[in-house]
Amino acid sequence: MNAEQILFILFGAVSLIGAIAVISFRHPIYSALSLIVTFFAQAGLFVLLGAHFVAAVQVIVYAGAIMVLFLFVIMLLNLGTLSVQGAIGRKLKGLAIILGILFAAEGIYIAMNALNDTAVASAESTGATITTTTYDIGELLFSKYLLPFEVTSLILLAALIGVIVLVKREGQEEN
Amino acid sequence: MENFPLVLIISSIVKILIVVHMLLIGVMIMIWSERRVSGWMQDRLGPNRVGPQGLLQPVADGLKFLFKEDLIPDHVDKPLYVLAPAMLLVPALITVAVVPFGSSITVLGHEIPLQIADINIGILYVLAITSLGVYGVVLGAWASNNKYSLLGGLRSSAQMISYELTLGLGIIGILMLTSSLSLREIATTQGAYPWQWNFLIHFPAFLAFTTAMFAETNRLPFDLAEAEQELVAGYHTEYSSMKFAMFFMAEYMNMIVGSAVTVTLFLGGWHFFGLENMGGPVWSGLISFGIFFLKTAIFLFVFIWVRWTLPRFRYDQLMNLGWKFLLPVALSSIVVTGILWITTHSRLIVGIGNVVAAFIVVSIVAGLLVMKTPKPAIQDSDNRLTPTALDAIE
Repeated sequence: MNAEQILFILFGAVSLIGAIAVISFRHPIYSALSLIVTFFAQAGLFVLLGAHFVAAVQVIVYAGAIMVLFLFVIMLLNLGTLSVQGAIGRKLKGLAIILGILFAAEGIYIAMNALNDTAVASAESTGATITTTTYDIGELLFSKYLLPFEVTSLILLAALIGVIVLVKREGQEEN
Repeated sequence: MENFPLVLIISSIVKILIVVHMLLIGVMIMIWSERRVSGWMQDRLGPNRVGPQGLLQPVADGLKFLFKEDLIPDHVDKPLYVLAPAMLLVPALITVAVVPFGSSITVLGHEIPLQIADINIGILYVLAITSLGVYGVVLGAWASNNKYSLLGGLRSSAQMISYELTLGLGIIGILMLTSSLSLREIATTQGAYPWQWNFLIHFPAFLAFTTAMFAETNRLPFDLAEAEQELVAGYHTEYSSMKFAMFFMAEYMNMIVGSAVTVTLFLGGWHFFGLENMGGPVWSGLISFGIFFLKTAIFLFVFIWVRWTLPRFRYDQLMNLGWKFLLPVALSSIVVTGILWITTHSRLIVGIGNVVAAFIVVSIVAGLLVMKTPKPAIQDSDNRLTPTALDAIE
């Protein structure tokens, strides 16, 4: 077992434990913290794959996003523990079981395919390198994926404007 | 080539040990110099009893912290309360890993770069890790279960979210001209003479970045998270002993690392004309380290200087400055740098264009703000604030 495998097992285990902790903790703050741990471990997995840029972006984007989640928890949930209760809980239970089975089936399917698939191994053995440097990502974004990139930025801009319009009430213009 | 990994491992361990200890000692020196410099600025002495010129005062402070009772109040959320100081300290410590603090030293035929890890996303790593620092503040504030702490933490998080944008956008101009994210490459592409350094080419971005960094380190004039007059001590009100010391150390570490990053990005890193290539392979590396150290020290002095010069901002002023001035300036610098660099390829024109654009943007924003400001002291029946205030005076 080489160092890379040990690190992979380590990061994988941490991200799994973190993910389980997200749904196990009763308190939303602890859940949000576990989510950061999970994302951090996944950033580690990206680094192992040589995708440094994706790893850094993962931490930057999600650290910021979860910070906002934190603030929501603190300000909106009244600092108490959150629990799913009553009728909504029972309705959600059925949905949760269906979704859980679907996700489990998907996971098993992917795992089976990965075990049979030799594409990954052959790419490694032929020495084909996947380009993951920032330079390559930038070049791809502005040539091959130019249209999706621009469309995404437009969607984000529209969302931004939408939020501002929603938050800004009538007559609040002057003071 | 056979023993290369061994050399790499040993040199890395040595570098990590040196850098971490320099940071810790740097914190001590910063605490001492902050108190002495503030004394000097206010025409008093400052601590001068313990050791020569009071230099051992931080040691005495540290001993005092160690022997104080480590009090954990009953009403706190214990796991997070204990975790929070570490969450603040660790990011402050590990950011320094990608900062190049000198050119390189050749020992026994091996060239050892003076940097712990030269990764090709260096500056993104810095941004990512700094954005984690705010969790320590917010967690500590929330876990303390205290109104003042929570207010301090919320202020701090809002401030960091706002100023992080400027911090990130301010450096994009540099990245465009350097076409690399590696801090070592950014430092090497800057020449030996001051007018070749990035701070002149990207002057508005430099000002925006530095201001945002003051905000990120929670230093005056941006220390609303621990405004003493309003919030006791803000997010660390409930902390005592070494846990408080960890918050305290993290603040100074953030300052040191922030200064080092600024020196690398904007002030030419370890370059200074005439001094770089002096001496042999070992000495030139050490001299470059000395230059870097001096530049960082000068920048840290500016930190202290600003603290004792500017008063604290009001909260709305803080948000106005961040969103209405710094962010547009950083954005304009990106657009102008991109257009002018593609069309002219001249650093001089880019530099001038940046300043002109920033000037225009700031004038427009200031003009809009002046136009939108409501006229004061008019009795308005809809206005809930002015009548009571005026009535109270009369």
